[in-house]
Amino acid sequence: MENLISIVTFVPLLAAVMLAVIQRGDDEAAQLNAKRLALWATVITFIASIFLLVQFDAANTGFQLVEEREWMFGLTYKVGVDGISILFVMLTTFLMPITIASCWGVKHRVKEYMIALLILETLMIGVFVSLDMVLFYVFFEAGLIPMFLIIGIWGGANRIYASFKFFLYTFLGSVLMLVAMVMMYVDAGTTDIPTLLNHQFGTETFSVLGFTVVGGLQTMLFLAFFASFAVKMPMWPVHTWLPDAHVQAPTAGSVVLAAILLKMGGYGFLRFSLPMFPVASDIMAPLILWLSVIAIVYTSLVAMVQEDMKKLIAYSSVAHMGFVTMGIFAANQNGIDGAIFQMISHGFISGALFLCVGVIYDRMKTRDIDAYGGLVVRMPAYALIFMLFTMANVGLPGTSGFVGEFLTLIGVFQVNTWVGVFATTGVILSACYALWLFRRVMFGDLIKESLRSITDMTRRERAIFAPLVVMTLLLGVYPSLVTDIIGPSVTALVENYEQAVAAFEPHAAVAASQ
Amino acid sequence: METILLFAPLVGAIICGFSWRLIGEQGACVVATLMLFLSCLLSWVVFLGFDGETYTRSLFTWIESGTFFADWAIRVDRLTAIMLVVITTVSALVHLYSFGYMANDENFKENESYRPRFFAYLSFFTFTMLTLVTADNLLQLFFGWEGVGVASYLLIGFYYRKPSAGAAAMKAFIVNRVGDFGFLLGIFALFWMTDSIQFDVILPMGAELAEMNITFLGMELDAANTIAIMLFIGAMGKSAQLFLHTWLPDAMEGPTPVSALIHAATMVTAGVFLVCRMSPILEYAPVAGNFIIIVGALTAFVAATIGLVQNDIKRVIAYSTMSQLGYMFVAAGVGAYSVAMFHLFTHAFFKAMLFLGAGSVITAMHHEQDMRNYGALRKKIPYTFWGMMIGTLAITGVGIPLTAIGFAGFLSKDAVIESAFAFGPGLGEFAFWSLVISAGFTSFYSWRLMFLTFFGDARGNKKTHDHAHESPWTMTLPLGALALGAVFSGMIWYSSFFGYADQVGRFFGVPVAEAALHDAEEETRGDAAGDEVGYADAADSGYGGAAHAVLSGAPGEGAIHAAPDNDVLGDAHAVPKWVKVAPFIAMLIGLGTAYLFYIVNPSIPGRLAAQQRPLYNFLLNKWYFDEVYEFLFMRPAKAIGRFLWKFGDGKVIDGAINGLAMGIIPFFTRLAGRAQSGYIFHYAFAMVLGLVVLITFVTLSAG
Repeated sequence: MENLISIVTFVPLLAAVMLAVIQRGDDEAAQLNAKRLALWATVITFIASIFLLVQFDAANTGFQLVEEREWMFGLTYKVGVDGISILFVMLTTFLMPITIASCWGVKHRVKEYMIALLILETLMIGVFVSLDMVLFYVFFEAGLIPMFLIIGIWGGANRIYASFKFFLYTFLGSVLMLVAMVMMYVDAGTTDIPTLLNHQFGTETFSVLGFTVVGGLQTMLFLAFFASFAVKMPMWPVHTWLPDAHVQAPTAGSVVLAAILLKMGGYGFLRFSLPMFPVASDIMAPLILWLSVIAIVYTSLVAMVQEDMKKLIAYSSVAHMGFVTMGIFAANQNGIDGAIFQMISHGFISGALFLCVGVIYDRMKTRDIDAYGGLVVRMPAYALIFMLFTMANVGLPGTSGFVGEFLTLIGVFQVNTWVGVFATTGVILSACYALWLFRRVMFGDLIKESLRSITDMTRRERAIFAPLVVMTLLLGVYPSLVTDIIGPSVTALVENYEQAVAAFEPHAAVAASQ
Repeated sequence: METILLFAPLVGAIICGFSWRLIGEQGACVVATLMLFLSCLLSWVVFLGFDGETYTRSLFTWIESGTFFADWAIRVDRLTAIMLVVITTVSALVHLYSFGYMANDENFKENESYRPRFFAYLSFFTFTMLTLVTADNLLQLFFGWEGVGVASYLLIGFYYRKPSAGAAAMKAFIVNRVGDFGFLLGIFALFWMTDSIQFDVILPMGAELAEMNITFLGMELDAANTIAIMLFIGAMGKSAQLFLHTWLPDAMEGPTPVSALIHAATMVTAGVFLVCRMSPILEYAPVAGNFIIIVGALTAFVAATIGLVQNDIKRVIAYSTMSQLGYMFVAAGVGAYSVAMFHLFTHAFFKAMLFLGAGSVITAMHHEQDMRNYGALRKKIPYTFWGMMIGTLAITGVGIPLTAIGFAGFLSKDAVIESAFAFGPGLGEFAFWSLVISAGFTSFYSWRLMFLTFFGDARGNKKTHDHAHESPWTMTLPLGALALGAVFSGMIWYSSFFGYADQVGRFFGVPVAEAALHDAEEETRGDAAGDEVGYADAADSGYGGAAHAVLSGAPGEGAIHAAPDNDVLGDAHAVPKWVKVAPFIAMLIGLGTAYLFYIVNPSIPGRLAAQQRPLYNFLLNKWYFDEVYEFLFMRPAKAIGRFLWKFGDGKVIDGAINGLAMGIIPFFTRLAGRAQSGYIFHYAFAMVLGLVVLITFVTLSAG
């Protein structure tokens, strides 16, 4: 199949169109229909993506299964995958059926909800497969809209504030990226990503408004992209939109946001920043490493004092994304392998944790930690699941959470021991906030009157968690499933990066001597 | 065989934990226990049949990234074999014991099924502990390390209704994580220096590491010492050494069989195992060695002082465990790794025995744990009494001085103390005196426990005393089995662990060389290493006849390593007689004092405590470690967290960015308000998207 990637990308959109056009009415049967259709569409997408994975050759570090055709206004539609992007596609297609299944209880405007989620899936996959800068940008930006709607329409009490905050943060970041893309087009004469990857952007130092810009054009471009990706990650100090967005978002929204949308920033760093602007990356790396470490320590400390379950997990997400940016800008095999692994793993774990919150939120309609206590008495199965993902979240070896954390740490330790040491304190802090949460929600006797009749997980809920449990443990015990696929591409990336940086340094030395 | 040995407990845990509804509660627990006995049997086969030759069976790759590689494997050498026996024996007996102990737990309601969960956790713990000791690389060891941490967490918090159990579980995990922080840094540093974490590669590199420098936090440090200290910090957490010990007493919140298995015999000794495992590197890290001695000696002493005044029977034993762990570390720190393992080995038996005995007392007394409410139980629970008596004789070190005849603890503890003395003046003497004094204290509090519990008058609730009864056979049988270990394990394996170098070498698979004259060591060392004598040659030299032999394997050869200048083992046999007798005398003093205080004149302790109120409170409150930590770490961390949240995130970041955004949002809402339809978002976004597309195309066509 030549257009497999397009199929994977657009099946959800097709289903969304079908829903929009065909589906009528808002009674219970119609709602169920909409959910079923959405579930089937996402399952089919997932199956199609498995074919994609089967056809993928990990040893080949170039782009594969590339499709290229003329688009409107002389633009090109070009998609393809490499070792870095394919697993993000898989992550998305894997998680979407779970996400859809988790909203079985939604009653409010179900059809629109499903449409929004389906469109979102198409746009997210689009981001990861785009091989044209304009296409990437369109997917990247358009993805904001369904998410904005999901928070703004199906969200909690303060959803308007949160959705605007979410939108403005991410949108303002992207405007600079757009400017940078224009500059890149001017400089390289193409928007084709594979070509741009081989284009050398200027590194001659120049002055702007009296500031000396070391690394020249690359640094400027890097900073513009950085503005966008850093917000998306989110990195400290532009992270504050995330806790608000999570708290207000419905469960499915939180799952997608944490599990997939956050990964776009990390993916962007790997697709654009590191390979296209290696010299600038090298110049900026120390700063980013420190920002990452601050994120890890700072947000972990903040997570410790949260009263709202979702907020706590949101802050923990920021901390975990700190490991990702740290690994990426350690810029060695261990660090980048670890960063990608951490993103994939965090997709499963954070998704599962938000689903866990959803389980009790559906029952009690509160996310207040103090409203719970002693749940283990009546919900043993839930306690087991929650325990597993809590442990995965604190990076217990044997769960997928450990591998990414460990590799990024061992990667960065070889670059900067200070950063390594401070980041490693994250293993202590994460245990503090995660176990503190678990203890307050689960342990103790069940004495609160409101919880007396709370019921354990239903069959459907267990089925939702099952694949996540399997993946978390499987990747924890046999991470080669991931590292074998990403390894060669990362090796190539690191080699190119090191060459570019090495080539720059003598140049700089000459410049300094003159 | 090793594979079955390793996975049997895991299979047992899974069957027991997930299918007990199918096969019944009792059936599930029986399955788990049988699996454990199978594992135990195979462990003894491995242990007794082991010939000293290390072998590794690789299962499959775990983490591979660039040059980093770690696999799942089973590596068996003498250290592993010792640990296998200790773990599976105690675990199997504890499983059996739990049938009785957990039969009717008052912490659960009538219809609640808690036993399969308990057995599943126990078996899961055993599995992770086995992965720890069979690791062939540091990362798998770390997996087991954290795995036992989780099992311990789950079991300490087993009585989930008790708030104190939840708190203790969390504390245990977090304090261990502080240690793991050091452990991880050690792994990072080691990988950075040697590009590997496989034992086969790193262990032979001890001497090279000593030559290397590591740039750590802007300092140029000696790699071997730095790495060894980092790894030891991990060991401090797991083995409850001073400063990272505060979790262990609280861990007594867990059911008593757990305390026996995890918090006495196995998990807490993992740190000692790690240090011995890393002996080829530690041998070239003198600073780290000294650090270990100091921490070990201080721990032994501090824990013993706290143990003197505790009233909870389990806490007394917990502090005693902590103190004994300090002994083991001193032995490892001075370079007598076989002695450290010796004490670990014997301690597992008698300490598990004491805990299980305490559990039997607690069951008999209806979950009363305060010794002040015990008394005169000797007749009521005779088997338990005699079991505890043997345990106490073992831990206090009863035996015939200057011979190798005595209870297990007598032989191994004296071996530790002699090794410490043999380390030489200064640090060796410091360790020696701390340990001897601690031995006196150990004797005092152990006998205090015995006297308060079994002798004197019955105190406390009369009804409880009237109902006190001997425990069922499932509980007394394990006591009997462990009693055998407490009596004989020392004498049987004395020469293997603490004989002359040739015997120890043979046991641990380390080649032995002739060292002609002790004083002329420096000169002959080169030659000695050259003409190694295989252990077959030295085999018949027997006890007392081979003082001229020294361990001479290359680093990584055999289970432990002794550097050319390390002959602590030989020197320990040559210490003066008074040194050998000192711990025995300390023991007698402790016994005499306890007898005086609790049998002859029971009013003395009360008066003494009243007289020395500050000192008594200081000890009773465990040197105020918890309070200090609360003040130094927990409260500041929360305060900083709150500050960063409210001020950092709220005021500074949001304040700055919202200031900007607030200028824009009203614009949006005004715009939306004008729209006639309710779908304000659709409008807003149609517009924004239009804007984006427009900008894109305009700029691109212009470009």
